[in-house]
Amino acid sequence: MVDLPQSCDVLVVGGGNAGLSAAITAREAGASVILLEHAPKAFRGGNSRHTRNLRLMHDSPTATLRGSYSSSEYWNDLLSVTSGKTDERLARFTIDGTSQLLPWMKAHGARFQPALEGTLSLSRTNAFFLGGGKALMNAYYAAAERLGVNVLYDTEVRSLCLARGMIREVFAVKNGASAAVRPKAVVVCSGGFQANIEWLREYWGDAARNFIIRGTPYAQGVVLKNLLEQGAAPVGDPTQCHAVAVDARAPKFDGGIVSRLDCVPFSIVVDRAGRRFYDEGEDIWPKRYAIWGRLVAQCPEQIAYAVTDAKSEKLSMPSAFPPIRAETIVELAGNLGIDAAALEATVRNFNQAVRPGKFDPGLLDDCRTEGINPPKTHWARPIDQPPFIGYPLRPGITFTYLGVKVDENARVIMQDGRSSANLFAAGEIMAGNILGEGYVAGVGMAIGAVFGRIAGREAAKVALR
Amino acid sequence: MRSAEVHLRVPESAGLQQGRRLVEICNACRYCEGYCAVFPAIELRRQFTSGDLSYLANLCHDCRACYYSCQYAPPHEFALNLPKAFSDLRLETYERYAWPRPLAALFRRNGIAASVLALLCTVLFAWMAKTPSRSAAGSENAGAFYAVVSEGVMIAISGAAFLFALLALAMGLRNFWRDTNSPSALDAPSLLAAFKDVFTLRNLGGGGDGCNNHDESFSQTRRYFHHSLFYGFLLCFASTYTAAVYEHIFGWISPYPFLSLPVLLGTVGGAAMLVGIAGLLQIKVTADPGPASKLLLDIDYSFLVLLFVAAATGLLLLAMRSTAAMGGLLAVHLGVIVSLFLIFTSPAPSSRRATISPR
Repeated sequence: MVDLPQSCDVLVVGGGNAGLSAAITAREAGASVILLEHAPKAFRGGNSRHTRNLRLMHDSPTATLRGSYSSSEYWNDLLSVTSGKTDERLARFTIDGTSQLLPWMKAHGARFQPALEGTLSLSRTNAFFLGGGKALMNAYYAAAERLGVNVLYDTEVRSLCLARGMIREVFAVKNGASAAVRPKAVVVCSGGFQANIEWLREYWGDAARNFIIRGTPYAQGVVLKNLLEQGAAPVGDPTQCHAVAVDARAPKFDGGIVSRLDCVPFSIVVDRAGRRFYDEGEDIWPKRYAIWGRLVAQCPEQIAYAVTDAKSEKLSMPSAFPPIRAETIVELAGNLGIDAAALEATVRNFNQAVRPGKFDPGLLDDCRTEGINPPKTHWARPIDQPPFIGYPLRPGITFTYLGVKVDENARVIMQDGRSSANLFAAGEIMAGNILGEGYVAGVGMAIGAVFGRIAGREAAKVALR
Repeated sequence: MRSAEVHLRVPESAGLQQGRRLVEICNACRYCEGYCAVFPAIELRRQFTSGDLSYLANLCHDCRACYYSCQYAPPHEFALNLPKAFSDLRLETYERYAWPRPLAALFRRNGIAASVLALLCTVLFAWMAKTPSRSAAGSENAGAFYAVVSEGVMIAISGAAFLFALLALAMGLRNFWRDTNSPSALDAPSLLAAFKDVFTLRNLGGGGDGCNNHDESFSQTRRYFHHSLFYGFLLCFASTYTAAVYEHIFGWISPYPFLSLPVLLGTVGGAAMLVGIAGLLQIKVTADPGPASKLLLDIDYSFLVLLFVAAATGLLLLAMRSTAAMGGLLAVHLGVIVSLFLIFTSPAPSSRRATISPR
């Protein structure tokens, strides 16, 4: 038996940042709210539990943000990372919405780190959650429960009955028992499909089996697929996902932040055969880290290896996994499981191609190679100081871009162009409206927070009418 | 030179290996850096020696904010539980730094050791109480403690215990300072910073909102109860020394009236201690066992119970000083105080108190 009321004003599907923002807002507007979270309590919060900050527009410094970050600068950043694949009206609307977020978040238990001077380059644009995203989720769940939101864990929504743009009924499963709810309005905040390996295989083939999913295993895209099948208008390229290179030793799911590696610019990266395949020093890491997931995905067996030496080790953040060390390149190749002779030849050719320059890890320096293909255009230094260091790399999938189309009231738009009467969406399931390509730190949480609140407000309006 | 010294190091314990595994994950994550001094201290390092890990474990105040906000906490496969790992490690370090060593081994079986020692001390005092003047209590000298236990005996035994405690504390600090390879000498600014942290319990703040006692929610109650205990203890200490000044400088002989400074300080201090201890015990009993170390919990309980008995018998002694029960009570009170000093100022949290946070 599922202890689930047969009806309610607002049903929220998914308990991450967007879902809780929606549930709290709807409840405060006077609606009775049920929130269904697929994960057990320990893993609640979707990908939000792995986040750390959100990007906020602000005209003057605050306790948690330095300087100012104008609406137009925010827009230009978004335009640049998405290569224009964004809905300008919704994007600007989101940006303006972020200026209202801090007081609301704080009022619902969110706590932030003080603005850090110098150490983090993001302290002007992004507010950092004290303790990270899971701490934020803890605060939001506490607020929701205090307000009387009915939260059910381990409860997966399998399908929604969508007829003529109206949700009639929602079917869920908890501990093997199924139940149906007839809510007056529904907000879907159930994320993308990046944890659904079978779905990823449709676009990536068997390579998808070797992908590491950086976040929650519960992002199966069940609700997304169900809505698209019933005529919700899609947005975003279904074949695309945000992928970065992560440590191959990371867990299959939920490895989060600690599996990231930022040693690539100060290394050479080779495939299983010991061959380089891309310019590791093309640009500063924040601008290039997201292309390496795709590059590694295109390697045989979807694995690659960053190789460097003792002098470069401390230039990157420590990883949760210790580097693989060896006194010689041959020994390192053995430890990494790649062809020793090939790696030795690659390193020798690379070292010979390095031109003298003034090394500077902080900017695009003039340390480059000549006469090899691909070249390394910055930070190229001979790999000659033992111990030699290697990290195995795999594609780490952050999120997918496919979503449902929404209007500025967070209403889901149907394929006939009309907005649904009582179905709303917020968070990753609709982020593709604004973020059609690329990524910039903290924008996912910003979209979830702004649209979560709008969806909650509008859903309550519909339900209480 | 320190580097020339030969250190005999025990093989790395399971506690140290576990601590290192967790701290390396923390160093790659860093989400908790706003909570307390532990995380900025982690970020200063890339590799962690056993000394580093001892230092970090003793810097941890067990506020548990990092446990509830950790994306890698159990049941995640990383099973990251820093408060528990650090508690286990602290227990190891108490033993490692404690001086003298045999007492450290005794400390391992602490719950029992504490009670046995208290009992022995009590018996010793009770035995001595009989010798000087059997008829003192209840006589015209009612309330005169020295009539029960001669001042010489009292000062000799308590003084010896106190001096031993000081020596043991100093030796423990020395062992700790050496093992953590602290680069600098104990200078004034870092000592000042440490004292400020001790008096405000900044690191018991979870970044400002207090500790997690039972679940994800934050609360200042543990900090406030600790303050009540700590400042109550200081008031009791002040009471003792005021009395010493009264007697040895002004020549005013006890017993002092209720409205005198020593009695007032002692009464308020004792009451504050009782409130603090009761609160802390209540929090410990009802706390989430997830981030707690079972072994250290036993020590915490015996420490708190001994402190409670010390404060309670002190207050009781004051209330009943003109009755026949005074003799026995005094013996019990002094016995408990001596055993508290012997057990807990030496091998136990001395290294914690010696911890200076990096800033």
